[in-house]
Amino acid sequence: MDLHFGDSKPTDEERAAVDALLGPPESSWEGADRSDADLRWARGGREARDRRDLLLPGLHAVNDRVGWISEGALDYLCRRLTVPPAEAYGVATFYAMFSLRPRPATVLHVCTDLACTAAGASELCADVETRLAPESGVHVERSPCLGLCERAPAALVIRAGETARPAIEDEALSGPKGGSGGTAPGDGNGKGRRGRETMRCTAVCAPATPDTAIQTATAPETAPPEPPPTTAVPQAGHPALTLLHRIGTTDPTDLDDYRANGGYTALRRAFALGPAAVIREVTDSGLLGRGGAAFPTGRKWQATASQPDHPHYLVCNADESEPGTFKDRVLMEGDPFALVEAMTIAAYATGAHKGYLYLRGEYPRATARMEHAITQARARGLLGDDILGQGYAFDMEIRRGAGAYICGEETALFNSIEGYRGEPRTKPPFPVEKGLFGKPTAENNVETLINVLPVLTMGAQAYAAIGTERSTGPKLFCVSGSVARPGVYELPFGATLGELLHLAGVHGKLRAVLLGGAAGGFVRPDELDIPLTFEGTRAAGTTLGSGVVMAFDDTVPLPRLLLRIARFFRDESCGQCVPCRVGTVRQEEALHRIVDRTGAGAATDITLLREVGRAMRDASICGLGQTAWNAVESAIDRLGAYE
Amino acid sequence: MTVTPLGIPRRLLEFTLDGEPVRAPEGSTILDACRAAGKDIPTLCEGDTLTPKNACRVCVVEVEGSRTLVPACSRKAEPGMEVRTGTERARHSRKVVLELLASSVDLSTTPRATEWIEEYEAEPDRFGPDAARLGEEPRIDNDLYVRDYDKCILCYKCVDACGDQWQNTFAISVAGRGFDTRIAVEHDAPLTDSACVYCGNCIEVCPTGALSFKSEFDMRAAGTWDESGQSETTTVCAYCGVGCNLTLHVQDNEIVKVTSPHDNPVTHGNLCIKGRFGYQHVQNRD
Repeated sequence: MDLHFGDSKPTDEERAAVDALLGPPESSWEGADRSDADLRWARGGREARDRRDLLLPGLHAVNDRVGWISEGALDYLCRRLTVPPAEAYGVATFYAMFSLRPRPATVLHVCTDLACTAAGASELCADVETRLAPESGVHVERSPCLGLCERAPAALVIRAGETARPAIEDEALSGPKGGSGGTAPGDGNGKGRRGRETMRCTAVCAPATPDTAIQTATAPETAPPEPPPTTAVPQAGHPALTLLHRIGTTDPTDLDDYRANGGYTALRRAFALGPAAVIREVTDSGLLGRGGAAFPTGRKWQATASQPDHPHYLVCNADESEPGTFKDRVLMEGDPFALVEAMTIAAYATGAHKGYLYLRGEYPRATARMEHAITQARARGLLGDDILGQGYAFDMEIRRGAGAYICGEETALFNSIEGYRGEPRTKPPFPVEKGLFGKPTAENNVETLINVLPVLTMGAQAYAAIGTERSTGPKLFCVSGSVARPGVYELPFGATLGELLHLAGVHGKLRAVLLGGAAGGFVRPDELDIPLTFEGTRAAGTTLGSGVVMAFDDTVPLPRLLLRIARFFRDESCGQCVPCRVGTVRQEEALHRIVDRTGAGAATDITLLREVGRAMRDASICGLGQTAWNAVESAIDRLGAYE
Repeated sequence: MTVTPLGIPRRLLEFTLDGEPVRAPEGSTILDACRAAGKDIPTLCEGDTLTPKNACRVCVVEVEGSRTLVPACSRKAEPGMEVRTGTERARHSRKVVLELLASSVDLSTTPRATEWIEEYEAEPDRFGPDAARLGEEPRIDNDLYVRDYDKCILCYKCVDACGDQWQNTFAISVAGRGFDTRIAVEHDAPLTDSACVYCGNCIEVCPTGALSFKSEFDMRAAGTWDESGQSETTTVCAYCGVGCNLTLHVQDNEIVKVTSPHDNPVTHGNLCIKGRFGYQHVQNRD
């Protein structure tokens, strides 16, 4: 590989940001000043190229420090990692959180997705945009769902700056400060900051008003702390909870408290059983993947474990970006050690010694909590070379996403971790055979992994007794929209939609319920007896998806919601295959044309939508394109939109 | 004499293609089997010298038991598979894919596009006059070739040819996302500021004419490009000892384009800047 670099040089600040992640460069081959020694040896080949997976963390490092990625910074990062600049440019332009043009250090992401739109996000956004003039130093971005639907309308402030503020430990919890997890290693070689003294800082403002959003954006370091994760769990403290029982009762920053509340009993049981028996337990429990595809977890683990190729990898998909979904965020913020434990068990069962937690870039608090939990677990020998003295080695690493819904697709996520564009791969081969770095990989959603803990502590039989025969165990539902008590609810599979909405307390005149998020489907208010199981929703011609239940009253016109869903898919399509890349655009255009039309006036465009939708469903590479028409179709067929 | 290595004989596997039993060598794709059986499946992003990317989805067929349609170009044939190529479902997707492409991209120089649009009764105009198009202007930043991304269907073939599949130059990449995705060098700079070595192997694989010789681009603009009046002569490049085959495309006694046979064991269709673009001395008549 004979790389060509331009003449752009990084600023001292950009160089320091990259060096803080990668260490100082060893030679001019990597971007240091040229010395005589460089003439005598070359560094290259596989060893130099094998760090490609640090490209995404490197882009984050620059973006976190400066707020955007300049030509010089990208070139320097490419030199350090032996990555062709054109490819790195392709990767950087793929993610919504990165900018390759200069922009202010502070970016205010205002969510304009479904739940927030229903809560008045359009007005909020317009107001904020007019009041924050260009010279205010704040860049306003309209954002897809930020996963804060229980506190809609939501806004997230990200300010670039020198070092990360230590892990955001709020709520007056007395746990130890987890400062070390928040910053990258390195000697902070940050000379020559060119006078900017700002610290990197993130703040969530939800529910947001124009005043609070602007206040947070202009001074994020003084923003009031986020309410504790308990506020997102209306059932908190209820004795019947299995998955959420520690949220609100256990200090999420304290490993001892976690252990005092049942933590690490499942891992001990796993070690007592051995990997094969753990897989058998999980298989017998009937646990199905909670990320949306409902694949049997035991079968996935078995298929990974039995692959002769090594090493095996474990990947936890925490890139929760489906509009209306926030359960994984609440789990990671409220019970982070449980995920560390569950990932350890999954890795042990599948023969992996390295795990990756791919965490959504828009979840600063979850990232901080998980970093803290991993550091604590490592310090106490619960991650590392000899876990619990059992001679089993496992460690995990967090990789932050950078604003791409498609990276929640399992193979796109692998590409993203590996430092490529987050485009889905062709299947077969499936991840269990060729996954991360081309090796056998088990990839599970956060909620799926959390379910492994009760499977092991209560035993497969007792777990399988919860729920229905074909959908076993407890399930988390993300209820938002026009309800009195939005949040994450835990119910055994088999509860009806009506029972769930009753718990959350619908207000207003219910017009429609969206199940499964943007990739899911609408149901009518007279269909509240649909059992919330995988088979029950399938029989009713809809989907459970990731557990989104969004209630809409008649104050928001349905065509506007459909248009927002269509825009979401258009924005989030990776652009790889034609049906999705162009189809999502044509879908949005058609919905735009008929936004105020009904009956015969909309008929031609509805036919068009059906034809394009059918081709997207049949011929797209991955689930994004295949489901991009689901919600619109259900609104037309079930709700009679445009009639 | 050209020696083509035959390799170890491959086992044949049997499956059903449109109701007929067919046998295909192990490892071949559904598309290989279709072509062997004389079936004409449209393809755009598939290239005979490249690993299929299956991005265009115009070759989709129905496979029994598969929830979605599968791309014939990349799905390997399996024993016992039941493949149907001409079902209403497969034809519908091909039709819509052609409509989506033709309504957003200039397919005027894509071989066979018009024929397929007619065959599948595609109506690209149905999306209305306001349907979003790529809206790109041709980029003329060097004397050798032109990048007209208004004709780009994003098949990834140029990127693969420039990257690890052939040239290992990595001058271009897919940049952006969704409908705004474009092929670009870093920071969307002109080619002259990039790592491009002007081998022209991207032109060789481009299925739509988005990448073309400057000579071809200029002649098309002037209306003098006449493919039927061109002769093709395959010869050996005189520059070095590798012995690459060149196919000289000649119109009115002028070389207008140089390609290389894709089945040539030396080049597989690839050349370097000298073989591809260094032909002016041949026609220097002064």
